[in-house]
This record gives sequence, structure tokens and C-alpha cells, in this order.
Amino acid sequence: MAQDDHSGTELAAADSSHAEQEFAGSTGTAVIPHDGFTNPGFEPHRPRVTDEDPKREKRAQRTVYTLFYLSILGSVWAIAAYMLFPIEGNDVGAVRLNNMFIGFGVTLALLGIGFGAVHWGKSLMTSPESIDIRHPIGGTEATKQGAVEVFREADEESGFTRRSVIRNSLIAALLALPIPAVVLFRGLAPQDQLPVELLSHTMWAKGTRLTLDPSGVPIRASDVTIGSAFHVIPEGLAELEQGRLEEKAKAAVLLMRLEPSELNPAPGRESWAYDGIVAYSKICTHVGCPVALYEQHTHHLLCPCHQSQFDVSNNCEVIFGPAKRPLPQLPIAVDDEGYLIAQSDFTEPVGPSFWERN
Amino acid sequence: MTTAPTRPSAPAKRTFTAAASDYLNDRTGLAVAIKGLGRKAFPDHWSFLLGEVALFSFVLVLLSGTFLTFFFQASQAEVHYDGSYVPLKGVEMSVAMASTLDISFDIRGGLFIRQMHHWAALLFVAAIGLHMLRVFFTGAFRKPREINWVFGFTLFVLAMAEGFTGYSLPDDLLSGNGLRIIDGMVKGMPVIGTWTSFLLFGGEFPGTAIVGRLYTLHILLLPALVVALVAIHVGYVFIHKHTQFAGPGRQPTNSVGPPILPIYAAKAGGFMFIIFGVISLIAALFTINPIWNYGPYDPSPVSAGTQPDWYIGFADGALRLIPPGWEFVWLDRTWSFNILVPLIGIGLFLVLVVSYPFIEAWVKGDKREHHIADRPRNAPTRTAIGAAGVTFYAGLWAAASSDILATHFSLTMEGVIHALQAVVIIGPFIAYFLAKRVCIALEKKDREIVLHGYESGRIVKLPGGEFIEVHQPLDEFDRWRLVSYESYAPLMLRPNARGKITFGQQLRAGFSRWFFEDRIAPVTRGELEASHSTHHEVTQSEQH
Amino acid sequence: MNRSKRRTGRRHPLATVALLALGLVFTGGAYAAISSGTAAQAEAKPTSQETIEEGKKLFQANCATCHGLEAQGTANGPGLIGVGAAAVDFQVGTGRMPMQMQGPQAQQKPPQFTDEQVKQLAYYVASLGPGPDIPADHLVNGGGDAANGAELFRINCAMCHNVAGAGGALTEGKFAPPLTNVSGVHAYEAMVTGPQNMPVFNDLNISPEDKRDIITYLKYVQDNRSPGGFELGSLGPVAEGLFIWIFGLGAIVAVTIWITAKSN
Repeated sequence: MAQDDHSGTELAAADSSHAEQEFAGSTGTAVIPHDGFTNPGFEPHRPRVTDEDPKREKRAQRTVYTLFYLSILGSVWAIAAYMLFPIEGNDVGAVRLNNMFIGFGVTLALLGIGFGAVHWGKSLMTSPESIDIRHPIGGTEATKQGAVEVFREADEESGFTRRSVIRNSLIAALLALPIPAVVLFRGLAPQDQLPVELLSHTMWAKGTRLTLDPSGVPIRASDVTIGSAFHVIPEGLAELEQGRLEEKAKAAVLLMRLEPSELNPAPGRESWAYDGIVAYSKICTHVGCPVALYEQHTHHLLCPCHQSQFDVSNNCEVIFGPAKRPLPQLPIAVDDEGYLIAQSDFTEPVGPSFWERN
Repeated sequence: MTTAPTRPSAPAKRTFTAAASDYLNDRTGLAVAIKGLGRKAFPDHWSFLLGEVALFSFVLVLLSGTFLTFFFQASQAEVHYDGSYVPLKGVEMSVAMASTLDISFDIRGGLFIRQMHHWAALLFVAAIGLHMLRVFFTGAFRKPREINWVFGFTLFVLAMAEGFTGYSLPDDLLSGNGLRIIDGMVKGMPVIGTWTSFLLFGGEFPGTAIVGRLYTLHILLLPALVVALVAIHVGYVFIHKHTQFAGPGRQPTNSVGPPILPIYAAKAGGFMFIIFGVISLIAALFTINPIWNYGPYDPSPVSAGTQPDWYIGFADGALRLIPPGWEFVWLDRTWSFNILVPLIGIGLFLVLVVSYPFIEAWVKGDKREHHIADRPRNAPTRTAIGAAGVTFYAGLWAAASSDILATHFSLTMEGVIHALQAVVIIGPFIAYFLAKRVCIALEKKDREIVLHGYESGRIVKLPGGEFIEVHQPLDEFDRWRLVSYESYAPLMLRPNARGKITFGQQLRAGFSRWFFEDRIAPVTRGELEASHSTHHEVTQSEQH
Repeated sequence: MNRSKRRTGRRHPLATVALLALGLVFTGGAYAAISSGTAAQAEAKPTSQETIEEGKKLFQANCATCHGLEAQGTANGPGLIGVGAAAVDFQVGTGRMPMQMQGPQAQQKPPQFTDEQVKQLAYYVASLGPGPDIPADHLVNGGGDAANGAELFRINCAMCHNVAGAGGALTEGKFAPPLTNVSGVHAYEAMVTGPQNMPVFNDLNISPEDKRDIITYLKYVQDNRSPGGFELGSLGPVAEGLFIWIFGLGAIVAVTIWITAKSN
């Protein structure tokens, strides 16, 4: 940093009182003017009205203790409100009153003390301003030297530098030690499952009926009128004992019916819809929010979390927002009884992208 | 305790106090601390209390949170709700959700404490943010406080983590979708994403483990870290002594203000109760996080206007602003840049924030301790950088409410997002430029005032028929406030001992030019005298 | 038609499953194909020829410009044959029709016609072709199961209208309106007719009983203020964050200024 010292040549050193000598250090590129102003020292002390007028002082005193008494009143009121405003009869209004009146009491109790104490400090406490002298945080040269000396002696006595084999083997041991701790955390997730495997499959399978969320009532193709949006879960999901939410988080589907002429199925997907009825995964391909804001005339689907928009008439391709991939489509058909069924599982993993997806 | 008792009845009482304090002191050595700290000065400025707002909100968060732990059950076992809230009766939900509803509807005052806890948490993070801005814009992070800036920054991050884990505990629809988004973001990370999510949720999302795990973090690990860091952070405020603004009698070598005992203690103690009181009033009157509306988490529904609490908003906003299509399959793996870019962008932003004190110190090369807080205008480049950062953050933050902005200002959501994309990219440059110009203009105005005095509002007519306004000269105290600031010149490059200019030096010189080339130096005595000689004529002509 | 049989099914206090089964048995495929899953549920009120005539006059004076003299539709407005009385009652009764100007979506405004005129218009349009009728009172008076309604509301409605019915944004400037002041009748009609871009929720998707439950929940939310105090618009964390920054921190900064001000 020798380059910085140029500033000293044209400019006088800072005002060098004893205290500032202690704070010596490179000034870097700071410019210290040789004819700068000097600190004029403290302004004359201005007394407060409460210092001069005994009446005002009395009044301030009265205000302070009144505030403290109000605080006691607030505490008493909070206890009273606890008893006076019970929560009864499934009544939300009672909760509201209970919350509000206990709150008012506590507020009064707190603000009474708070404003009283501050007012006391501001108008009645008499201490003038204190002046603390600062000392360099690093301490004196002697202290610094002393600390260095302690380390040097410790090093010498222990041989920490000298016995490098011991030292290095200790460092290696210490580095190895946390690894078992990390390994133990493998137990956070089940040992016998693999995430990629789980993410690639849902409950949908050939012949699974589409049913209403949450009742589980199967849906006939004829129920789904043009402009409708049905929120769908696979048959049997509602009865699952284990993993119901996990399965639902992958299998939730939105069922819509458009005029068949409005659909432009991608090649190979011509048979995935049934007479204008299409089923798409509800789980956003961005970060997984349920996408279910369906506009029946524009055929846009909107995700309320990050505003990705998907075009249902165009294979749910992304037309706006941060998502990249279209929502996966569930191929559907109709069984003998007229109920909608899945032709198969989704042909790709649903939901947010993940590293191993391809 | 040195005054001799004058009345016979007094000694007994005095002796008891003295004996009690002696007893304590002999076993704790407290007297040393009280003697050392009791009369310490605490400089007075409203902005110096912002850190206390954070501290006291945190105290209230701890107190109210402890109450809540007695009733909350962090379990995702399924139950049928049978509490007092009619529209959820019989609905299947987790124990966590049901117990939170019980706190709200079946325990008297429970809702009040819950609302205090949540409001205090929002205030806690907000106060940290404002406190950080104060420290940044007044340069209170300079030597010797750089490390305390890092501690404070860490506290900010921990506070956000505390907030997010708490927000997720009730297992309601809003927080569940929040976790869903976290899950999606984690999965989007290269290499480790899928497994991290799998371990975090204990299997597939949502699983039945996450609430319990977050609870451990929320009430054990994170608060322990916060308390420890708060102790260190505040401890260093005592060791460093607080900064003060330039003023008459204020030296870099002293610290001036009311003493800790009694005035500061009364004010700060009272202030704590006032903050508690304000939060309590808000909790009494304003609903926060009405989980009874959201209902239990279910992966299928979602509410319009789903957002995180405000302090996570900037991250959510960053996700919303990514244009379509930023995701690729390459080498048979998925690269989700629509998630990586926000993560990396936010990460870089935070790294810049935490490392700024070290960057500025390196540019300046100033190794002295700094205890006089800068006025923001007197460090124009830093202030401008701060303004750019605030604009960037605010743009991301606003983006988290893009849908609400659209409905409430009758705009299209696409338009709002495009506008905010522009704000986040171009806005910081505009803010930088404006802030810098404003600072320099204010510095120039300060120079004018020092040199020519205040405009007094008194108009006089000169003999020549010209009207002028009489300027009132400053007294020496006011003048000192305007001239006592640090000023830096751009670094001059000099070859080192081996006759070379290193790349590091060139870089530093470049930064130094950027920071200081259009600096405005404080007025010197010579300049003031020079201006007085011209003024003299005016004053004389006034006499005629 | 099979209107009376449908009614029997509705009155039966059976669960959704039974209802759907019954409904399906009685209605059959052909019935559903002409989008009459939502066919009239209300009792066929004796609508006199006179009412229809009055409605026709009103229609020709106020609606025909866009919807055509015989409600057959024009380039500016869709045909209304078969939309039913419910659609007209909703669109005109909430002031959405007549539209002030073409826009992304019809805006709600004070209704332009009296209740009687709205009914006349509705029955005139209903007379042109069968469609959903104005619902009967017992379906919209809030006498159902609020908990079931709340769950269905969250699954079917909340993503657009917000869990507390505060409304929300749709694409390109459209929005789902707040439901904080909507009447039960209009909510019901909106579900069966799918106005603007709202999807249709026919009776096989959400049964009349379930619709009644949803309305019950809406009424519960409308009638019971939040137990926590003011709702801040029920907008969620954005409103809460703004509030704490502006009013919470604002109030506290004011206090800090008072605390550190020099006392006089």
C-alpha cells in the first residue's frame, strides 16, 4: 500500500492530539486538508423547561405516575377481559371480542410503562451528556505484542509447528470426523426407496377411473359438459390409508371439455382426448403449485403462484411465465359403463423438473 | 454509599441494600461491569434505535413463541377437527393444523398471542432490514465494525429462516403451497436437488416429517443461533461503542450521549415496552395469517394470491420474473435455469451485501478506525450503490405481488411482470444515477451554505436598484456539522518496488476512480475566508 | 321433461354418491349431451305469456343490438338461445349486462333494471330454449353444511376467487371478482352458467346440495368478521407485509424520533 502515501506529501497530517496518535493507521486515499476547520467543542448546555419551571416539573411527574397507574389498570383489565369474554358456542364473534379486549388491556399495560419510562427519562432525569473516551479496539502495542508472545510460546512448548507430522495427522483426523455425521443423515429419508423411481410414477394406471376430488365419485364422459372444469383424483385415492397426500400431490388432474375442433393434439396424442374432454396434470411444471385457474373461453390455464400460463387447446404449452414444459397430459378413454378411465399412467414425470429427469 | 447516615433510622435500611449488593458483588464481580458500563455514553439519534426495534421484537417473539409451544403439536398425524370453528368441523387435517386452530379458537387469548407472535416476527425482520439500511448508508460498517456487519447480516438470514420455518408450521394450505414451492426449487438444483428434497421431506413431498423437522429448527436450532449471535452482535456494540454523527465536541476519539444509567436505560427500557405495546395493539385489531380461511394442506387446491411472508417475497418475485423457456435438457440431465438464475442472482446479491464493507475498505485503503457516521450525501457513490441495491430488491419484492398489483390497479398481470422485469434490470442504474446526482447536489448546497450562509428571507435593495437576499452566516457549531466529513481522492497508480503495476492495483485504481472521481471536498478555512472578502462588500453596501 | 324426477333426486337427503347415481339413471346420455347437466332445478314458476312479452320488449330495446333481435347472436354478442333464465338473471341482475363497452370482461355495476324487469328478461330468454333456471330459495339461503362447502370451495373456487373470496387475477387483465358481497342466487347462477371465463360447474360436478353448501360457506364468511380483527382485505401476506412496514414500523419510527428529540 506504499502507493497511498503520496497523499501525505501535499497535505499536512491530521490534527495530532495524543488520542489520535493512538488511532494511527494508513489513511489510504483519504484527503486530509491542511487548513480544515477545527472542532469547536461542545455547544452550551440548554436547560429544559422542567429544569427551570417547578410547575412544569410537577406536571411531568404527575404524567409519569399517571401513566404507570394506567398500566396497572390495563393489566387488571386484561385479566377481567379474560373472564368477561369467554369463547362460547362456536361463535367467531366471541373469539374476536376476547382477542380484542385482552389485547387492549395488554396494550394499555405495556404502553403505560413504556411511555411513562421514556417520559421520565426525557423530562425528569437530570444527567448531562456523558463523554466516553474511545481506545483503539486492537489495544496498545504492548498488548498486541503480548498476545503474539503467548502464541509463540505456546507453539514452542507444544511443538505445533515443529512436529508437523503430528499436526497434519490431527488436521486430517479432524477433517474426517464430520463425515460419519453427514452419513447418519441419510436416515432422514427411507432407505429402501429411490426418489427418481417414485417421481416417475403416479397412481394412474390403465383403466383407473377418473373420480371427483374430494368425494371419489366416478365421472362419466357425459357429465362433463362443454366449458366445465372438473377437479379429479384417481379412483381409490380417497381410501388410501398411507401416503394419500403424497399420491395426490402427483396424481391431481384437471378435466376440461372443449369443442373437439378447438383442440390441436400433438402427433401421437390424437387418441388421448375423448370427444373434446382432456385431462392434464394439475401440478405445475415450474415448482409444483396446483395449476387450476381455467378460463373456459380463452382455454388458458394459469398458475396462481408464479403466473405461468398454459394453453389447453394447444397441449398445455407454456405461453407465459417461468415454466418451460407443458403440463403432462393424462390419456383418457371411456369404459363400458360410460365412465372416464385413464389409458395409462402419465407418460412422463409430473410436477417440477428435477436433475435426473430427461 | 459513601454518604454518612444522618438519621438514626436510616442506617438499618441502607445497610441492608449495601449488604445485599456487597453479597452479590463479592460472588459475581458485577461492580466492575456496572462501573465500566453504567456511565457509558450512548449517542442519540432516532436511527440508532432501529437495531433495538429488531432486538425487542425478537424478545417478544421469544416470549410469545414459548407460550405457543405449550399448545402447539408438531405432528402431521391425521385427525378430524372438532373445535369451535364451524366451517372446518369434521374436516380431516394434521394435528399441527388442528392444534393451531385450537390455539386460535379454543384457548382464551391464544389467538392474541399467536397474532402477536406473527406480527412481531414480521416486525423483527422489517426492523433488521431498516437497521441494515441505516448502517449501510451511514457507513457504520467501516473499521472496526466490518465483522459485526457480517454477524448482523447472518442474523438477517437466520431471521428469514426463522420466519419461513414458522410460517410453515401450521400445515395450512398457504404454508403447504409455500413448502411445495421450496420443494420445487430444491428439486431444480443440479446434482443434489432430487436427493436434497427427498431427505428434507423424509421421502416424497409432502410426507409426514417436514413439520416436525421444521419445528426443531424453528424452536431449537435457529433460536439458539439467533440468541448467540445477538449476544455477540450487541456485545460488539459495547466493545466498539456506538458511532455518532459529526457534531460540535464529537471526536473520532470520543463517544457522546446520555449515560446508560439512568437516562438511556429509562428510554431503551421504556422503548421496549412501547414496541411490545404497538405489536400488542396491532395483534388486538388486525388479523394475521387466518389459517382458518386457508384450511388444511391438500396438494390439490390453492388460493389466488398465494405469497410468502414479506421477507421471502424477493425470492418468490425473482422466480416470477423469469421469462418462459429457461430450462434445458443437456447431457441427459435437466438444467432448470428458471430456478437456478433466481437462486444464483439472489445468492450473488446477498454475497455483495455481506462483502461490501471489505470491498469499500480495499478501495479506500484507509486503515484507521471510523466512529463518526457518514451523512449519506457525503459518500455519494456508496449511497448510489445502496439505492441501486434497494431498487433491485424492491423490484423483486414487488414482483411477488404481481397478481395483486394487477387486480388492484386494473393492470394486466403480464404488463406488471414485464414492467417489473424492466425495473429489476434497468431500475438499479437509474436509481444509482439519480441518487448520486442528488447527493452531489446536496453536498454542493452544503458548501454554498458554509461559504455564504443561510438564506435569511430578508430582501434588501442595493443602491444600484438591485435586489438581493441577505444571507445569514452559520455559527461555528452548525458549520462544523457541514464540513467535518471524510473525503477521498481517486488512487494514483504508482509502480511498486519492482517497477510494475499489478493487476490488483489497476483494478483497485479503477474502483477508486469510480468511487471518488467526482468528489466534493469539504470547505476549508481558506475557502471560507476567500468567500468572506467578496461577501464583505455586500455587507458594507447594506449599511448605506 | 324429466324435471320433476331430477327434483326428487335433489330433495332426497342422500350423499353425493346416491344423488349422482339417481341423477344419472334418470337423465341418460342424450340429456347430458345438450349441456343440460345444469338443466333447470328450480320449480317451474308459472310464467305468464304476459311476462314473456314484457321481457321480449325489454330485450329488443336493450339487448338486441349485440345479441340480435331474436337472441340469435351477432358479431358483437353471443346467441342466448338455451342459456336459460339463470344466465340472464346473473348477467343483468349484477349489472354486468348491458355492457358499457367491449372489454376483456364484463364489469359489475349497479343493475340497470328493476328486479321485476330482470325476471321478465330472464323468462323471455328462457322461453327461447331450455337452460338453467333461477335456483329455488332453499338452495341459496345458506342452510347447508359450511364445512363441506368450505372444502369444495377450496378445491373448485379458491384458486381464482381466493380462499376468503377476496378475488384474484386472471390472464390479460381479466380477474375473478371478489365474492364478499355476492348474493346466494347470483353465486349459484354463476356456478351453473359459467359467466365470462368462469368454467361451468354443472350439477354432476357439484351437486345442487354441494352448491348450497358452498353458498352456506360464503354466507358464513360474509356474516362473520374475522376473529382476529380487521382483515386487511383478506389479501394474505402481501397486505400484512405492507401493513407492518407502513403502520407498524412507521409508528415505531415516529416513537424513536420522539424518544431521541431534545426535550425542551
